[in-house]
Amino acid sequence: MKYVDEFRDGGVAKGLARAVAAEADPARAYHLMEFCGGHTHAISRYGLEDLLPANIRMVHGPGCPVCVLPVGRIDAAIWLARRPEVTLCTYGDLMRVPGSKSMSLIKAKAEGCDVRMVHSTLDALKLAQARPDRQVVFFAIGFETTTPPTAVALKQARALGLANFSVFCNHVLTPSAIAHILDSPEVRLLGTVKLDGFIGPAHVSTVIGSAPYEYFAEEYAKPVVIAGFEPLDVMQAILMLVRQVNQGRHQVENEFSRAVTRDGNAKAKALVAEVFELRKAFEWRGLGLVPYSGLRIKQPFAAWDAERRWPVPDDSVADHKACECGAILRGVKKPVDCKLFGTVCTPENPMGSCMVSAEGACAAHWTYGRFRDAGTQSLTLPSPGAGSAPLLPGYPP
Amino acid sequence: MTLPRRAHPRPLDIRHGRVDLSHGGGGRAMAQLVDELFVAAFDNEALNQRNDQAAFDVAGGRMVMTTDGYVIHPLFFPGGDIGSLAVHGTVNDVAMAGAVPLSLSAGFIIEEGFPLADLKRIVDSMAQASKEAGVPVVTGDTKVVERGKGDGVFITTAGIGMVPPGVSISGDRARPGDAILVSGTMGDHGVAVMSRREGLEFETDLLSDSAALHGLVAAMVAVAPGIRVLRDPTRGGLAATLNEIAVQSATGMVIRESAVPVKDAVRGACELLGLDPLYVANEGKLICICAEPDADAVLAAMRAHPLGRDAARIGHCGADDHHFVRMETAMGGMRVVDWLAGEQLPRIC
Repeated sequence: MKYVDEFRDGGVAKGLARAVAAEADPARAYHLMEFCGGHTHAISRYGLEDLLPANIRMVHGPGCPVCVLPVGRIDAAIWLARRPEVTLCTYGDLMRVPGSKSMSLIKAKAEGCDVRMVHSTLDALKLAQARPDRQVVFFAIGFETTTPPTAVALKQARALGLANFSVFCNHVLTPSAIAHILDSPEVRLLGTVKLDGFIGPAHVSTVIGSAPYEYFAEEYAKPVVIAGFEPLDVMQAILMLVRQVNQGRHQVENEFSRAVTRDGNAKAKALVAEVFELRKAFEWRGLGLVPYSGLRIKQPFAAWDAERRWPVPDDSVADHKACECGAILRGVKKPVDCKLFGTVCTPENPMGSCMVSAEGACAAHWTYGRFRDAGTQSLTLPSPGAGSAPLLPGYPP
Repeated sequence: MTLPRRAHPRPLDIRHGRVDLSHGGGGRAMAQLVDELFVAAFDNEALNQRNDQAAFDVAGGRMVMTTDGYVIHPLFFPGGDIGSLAVHGTVNDVAMAGAVPLSLSAGFIIEEGFPLADLKRIVDSMAQASKEAGVPVVTGDTKVVERGKGDGVFITTAGIGMVPPGVSISGDRARPGDAILVSGTMGDHGVAVMSRREGLEFETDLLSDSAALHGLVAAMVAVAPGIRVLRDPTRGGLAATLNEIAVQSATGMVIRESAVPVKDAVRGACELLGLDPLYVANEGKLICICAEPDADAVLAAMRAHPLGRDAARIGHCGADDHHFVRMETAMGGMRVVDWLAGEQLPRIC
């Protein structure tokens, strides 16, 4: 597959792994946070940890939009879905996210609520046009990547005068979350979470550009390397971070130069600025209330704001007491440090949000990496061309 | 830490729970529903074999019986339709015991208002598939439900067949050291169907691989009567099917990503839709597990058959108390290939 295979080449990966191993200083440890769930997923799915020396530890960040959505907002979406006139449209990931009392949108659907999975905001818009008898609400979530499409939907709804369409807006901002982590006592005061550098977002950065990270690199003296979501992107970014750390530099470097510029996508940014404005604060699961970290719909589009159309409850609901999603999202704990992990919390029955989305740290570790915790017999394939090859003839080289 | 080995950490919530779409997805949620409700209620020796068919002794030999419901949407898709699928799927479930399929039944649940022309098209296609497979539809049933109480047409077929003497194929027979083979490219059917789904339509030349596999199975059994396991990786794809077998046989497995055949068109579509081809359904492919000394002969027999041209060896079984299916990635790392966690895939069979 062109333009994809080039970034998943096993031979190149091994070369990068050798370079990382050669340059990493054995006398020190490297704690690198990948902010985005997309990177977490790539690291787990391709088994990249196996390619890294033991003193490089990847710390999974909060950049999974499904994971950081607080229970109260899921409850609010279920509240909307339960209104008889409402058809709630959502991205598929959100269907199974647990709200209060282990309720979820997929269970609400099984109860008879009209919940539809859509692949884009425009599907929801089309549905509203086709069903003037229904109030179609789009459950909008995500970082800067998914915000422009929501803006487009709102602009189209206004242009069409579509009275039965609205948006339940939960869009959040990446830079505020990074600042929040860097300002947290664990990082700044206590030093219990060591962070030597960041792998910067891929798709988010295509929209906002690389410039917004320059502040972090400067203010907090942490190197940032923006990287694509392919496995070789991640390996290359790790190598670039190791080099910066070794050289005592803390700059923003752009590994994902095939898609990210310093200024980002001006058109998308203008769209977002036209339709959305900052909320004073927005609750994130794991991080709590983060100032100026969420977006709401601007006054000219108020008629299409679900929160203005209905008295949507805005309650803060506590996570399950034993759930460690909060600490995991801040990099303070690892999935296996949570008592619920793999016992009562699995992807089929997620207790916490990190177990729901494939990009969540817990789901990624459970789905792809848990054999490392099991201490089971080692089970490997013979390497092609090695002495053991005759045991299993017929493998492609 | 030690990982729990129970398949389902929490029991089904019979009092308050409701059936949701994940219970039909071919993943662990469905396995739990089957385990804790159906198997628990019907508990008997033949059912407890936990295969896609049951084998039992009758006067004159060993018989297999299977049944399968077809609720695919859309009804017509590139490379087939619900009618041909209802024949192929059930013939294949019989064949995966190494059995020779003998006859089929067909039950139709039709929604009021369904066009007769479409029904005829489906029935003709079914008749054609049954004729080509040489397995007649010998009995049937027709029910019509009110408009809104069905989705066009649902078909249930049942099949019976006889197992040749000396053949004993079952999902619980895989052993450490056995070879794992697949008969061709993974994911063709699921992607072909999705390409015609409302809201997802995309252009592709890809056809469903829907086909009756009993001829291929006969050719394989002829060279290696000792084949241990055969199964068609339908819902949940290769990943779910390998996990089922690993649990049934109480073994581990390890496969190599680069050895699993996947068409470029399927990889491309999966890339775009955020799916993993290992979880996408097939309707004309099988997984074969056989003793290592049989592997080359079986692979050669598969490749000599038109439905097994792209057959490949993808890995082997090993001892593993956790019954993990693991994969060496193209990057050289290792990861688990887990069950599907109730993903919202469209109705593909």
